[in-house]
Amino acid sequence: MNSTPLVALVGNPNAGKSALFNALTGARQKVGNYPGVTVERKSGRMALPDGRPIELVDLPGTYSLDPASPDEQVTRDVVVGRQEGEKLPSALVVVLDATNLDNHLRFALQLIALGLPVVIALNMMDMARRDGLTIDVDALSKALGVPVVETVAVRRLGMDELKTALATVVGDGTRTVRAGAPPEHDIVTLQRRARAIAVAATREESLARAWTHRLDAVALHPVSGPIVLAVILFVMFQAVFAWSEAPIGWIEAGFVAAQDAVGAVLPTGILRSLLVDGVIAGVGSVLVFLPQILILFLFILLLEASGYMVRAAFLMDRLMAGVGLSGRAFIPLLSSFACAIPGIMATRTIDDPKDRLTTILIAPLMTCSARLPVYAVIIGAFIPARDVGLGVGLQGLVLFGLYVTGIVSAMIAAFVIRRTIAKGESAGFMMEMPRYQMPVIRDVAIGLMQRAWIFLHRAGTLILLATVLLWALLSFPQSPTGRDQVRYSAAGRIASGLETIVRPIGFNHEIALAIIPAMAAREVAVSALATVYAIEGGDEVQTERSLVGRLRGRWSLPTALAFLMWFVFAPQCLSTIAVIRRETNGWKWPLFSLAYLFGLAYLAAGFTFWAATALGL
Amino acid sequence: MRLNELPPHEAALIRVIDWTALKAGEARRMRELGFDEGVRVETLHRGPVGMDPIACRVGRMTIALRRKTAAAVSVEPFPMAAE
Ligand SMILES: Nc1nc2c(ncn2[C@@H]2O[C@H](COP(=O)(O)OP(=O)(O)O)[C@@H](O)[C@H]2O)c(=O)[nH]1
Ligand SMILES: [Mg+2]
Repeated sequence: MNSTPLVALVGNPNAGKSALFNALTGARQKVGNYPGVTVERKSGRMALPDGRPIELVDLPGTYSLDPASPDEQVTRDVVVGRQEGEKLPSALVVVLDATNLDNHLRFALQLIALGLPVVIALNMMDMARRDGLTIDVDALSKALGVPVVETVAVRRLGMDELKTALATVVGDGTRTVRAGAPPEHDIVTLQRRARAIAVAATREESLARAWTHRLDAVALHPVSGPIVLAVILFVMFQAVFAWSEAPIGWIEAGFVAAQDAVGAVLPTGILRSLLVDGVIAGVGSVLVFLPQILILFLFILLLEASGYMVRAAFLMDRLMAGVGLSGRAFIPLLSSFACAIPGIMATRTIDDPKDRLTTILIAPLMTCSARLPVYAVIIGAFIPARDVGLGVGLQGLVLFGLYVTGIVSAMIAAFVIRRTIAKGESAGFMMEMPRYQMPVIRDVAIGLMQRAWIFLHRAGTLILLATVLLWALLSFPQSPTGRDQVRYSAAGRIASGLETIVRPIGFNHEIALAIIPAMAAREVAVSALATVYAIEGGDEVQTERSLVGRLRGRWSLPTALAFLMWFVFAPQCLSTIAVIRRETNGWKWPLFSLAYLFGLAYLAAGFTFWAATALGL
Repeated sequence: MRLNELPPHEAALIRVIDWTALKAGEARRMRELGFDEGVRVETLHRGPVGMDPIACRVGRMTIALRRKTAAAVSVEPFPMAAE
């Protein structure tokens, strides 16, 4: 076992723990999970002034030691030494928001009472000064009986002082001080003591948070508030398409160059086919979405870091209440437009279990970025690029319609789920509204890098595997000359079985083939169709443009529309299923969501096909 | 008067909170967020639909909560304003 002393950052949400964590550890961080729960464990290394190494963990924010959510549970268990996979910390750095002392001190008192060595980081001192507060640090330290250090985490002020104070309280890690007193639970008593200490230590007070009040006067105004929110969301989705065009072009060019290079070096044959048609084409068709995903995440990270996300939750709460959810669900659902996985993980902040379950079950209905390639190809092939007036293109309108269909269906699903399987009174909505902050570029950059890495990792493992597997199943067994390779192949035979089920909703053999591997990752549907039609046509290298042309000749419009509707609902990727399993601790809910989404997809695609056929499209 | 009826930007003091009218988790969350007898409150914002939820200043924090929850909080005019 390593004997590096463990120090935990603890404090109320938004006290600045993560900013402090970044300032203290720099890039030396590791993001993992606590065993059994999907609470992120962020740890990093730092050195004390005397050179001793320290392992620092950033614990989830919580208001007290009575956990209300899995996140908060981890924090409580770590500080009392009960968390599996984590030793009892050698010391705690309790992070306090200096502008909000009376409230944050209550939790600090509770933590100090645990008996572990504590250093208080009195953070946000810049804000406190701006708000006209002066805090008597010595008095505070005396009243609490622990060292208190002023910090401004985002500007890395006070870091040396904090490390020095930490050095005086941390042992050498081999002998951890046992936690003493059981946590004090009477919140009211604690709160009164905290308020008394805060009032005694804080001097001079003028009207605080002038900026936040000014911004909120617009952002939370009953009329301008929803308009601002709509504009922000519009700009966000617009940017996802507009800003990504150029980088997508570069990535595509890069993969074409790679295909050419490999093609030039290797002789025609199995290996070349595997690399060019399988690996490069398959993984490449997924990697091109990296720019769009990063742009979406950039917006979400900025909205979160600036404090606006909570305002959005406030504005949306009443509408969400209409379907039995709360404004809190809005944040995970918005993230799900990038990807359902972080969205589902973000539901951990919802403390009501039924609210949370409902949000998890409807998150996959938000149009995630992986569905974009599928929509883009089909719309490109079947929807004429006509102007419907006012500069609005028909293609864009159809795309918008698909997004709206997803949202409306999610709301209906929530309504039904809240009245059937997750029946119960609405849990209500209560949230602290933090003050607005200028997002720290460095912290946003770190968040984006982590997302990019997760995506690249997925592309390099799961998607690569699915692509190669599909290529192999399509290429073997090799058909005798004169027979259709696709139908003769192993994949083709499986698809023929599936075709009998999906033929009533207008799907052909190739679609049956494509929707199986699309389970691994939705984007694979596109590369699968490309590979199918390429192997069928005997071409070597295909491009999306030629796929569009091929689809046009082979699919009827009702079939294409049914295919689009199928993707509004169904194929959840395996990673989503896996994350639902982890978050709900069992197979019941992932299997349920698979069944209900496939059922919906089948019916929606069917009705679309039948209606379109009846209309003679 | 109850907190949900308090007009915006009018300071008040929390007189009494009917903890029994709240669900256990809700009551605890409210205590954690600083709701307590004798604390100064002020309604700052109201939601766009049905004026729900409301955002209140409680102590030095701003808290969003639904009107139904706020109805458990009885308030009286802030002493300064009363005299
Ligand atoms: N002005 C200022 N902002 C800070 C300071 N520390 C953190 N922040 C900001 O406060 C917000 C919440 O910080 P974060 O580290 O995410 O809080 P956590 O929830 O405790 O991890 C972020 O927008 C930070 O950039 C500080 O010392 N001064
Ligand atoms: Mg944090």
